[in-house]
Amino acid sequence: MADVKPRVKIPSSAKAGEAFTVKTLISHSMESGLRKDGDGNPIPRQIINRFTCEFNGTSVVDMALEPAISANPYIEFDAQIDAAGEFTFTWYDDDGSVYTTSNGIELA
Amino acid sequence: IALLAGTPAMASAVEEAIAAFTGGAEIGESGIEINAPEIAENGNVVPIEVSAPGAEEIMVMATGNPSPPVCRVSFGPAAGSSRLSTRIRLAKTQDVLAVARMSDGSFVQTTRAVKVTIGGCGG
Repeated sequence: MADVKPRVKIPSSAKAGEAFTVKTLISHSMESGLRKDGDGNPIPRQIINRFTCEFNGTSVVDMALEPAISANPYIEFDAQIDAAGEFTFTWYDDDGSVYTTSNGIELA
Repeated sequence: IALLAGTPAMASAVEEAIAAFTGGAEIGESGIEINAPEIAENGNVVPIEVSAPGAEEIMVMATGNPSPPVCRVSFGPAAGSSRLSTRIRLAKTQDVLAVARMSDGSFVQTTRAVKVTIGGCGG
């Protein structure tokens, strides 16, 4: 998909061991495979089927998504860190595409 | 497959998915919560939040959808809680169900009824 754009919101710094909220959104139609086009032909399924968030290589969340997740998947969860470092967010598309983005964070 | 031997042949997709997740273990009912609107005007985008403090993994299902599975999330060492918010599609008024695997290997589940005014699975 040409117009897939990941967006992530995290604080610029966090206190060690204190949970904070991570918000992510990726523009994607999440075509369920259940819809039909104007001629009655089924539209093939194409969804983001997996999302992962890691901090300095350690897993925060690993999520399997099904077609019941809405278009433009919004995923919000909590993370905690004990050092400065980098979050890596990865979305896996049914068509084999992988979208990734990274955000650095400091210790407060 | 042997784990499912005790279930009826016509076990629903939901029951099968739960059995596959729990391995047939007993399921408790406390310590897990689903937050969702009581009435969703648009079934295409229904905000939900599942949380189960201490859970390592949570599976969510929309029991009234043509295909019930919604998502399954594992919380890693860098997770700040066992909580996830997302937006889901609900085809009609139904129960949303969440099952969590706790760190001690036990399971808990809960359901939450959501009334849907306009269904959200296309078609």
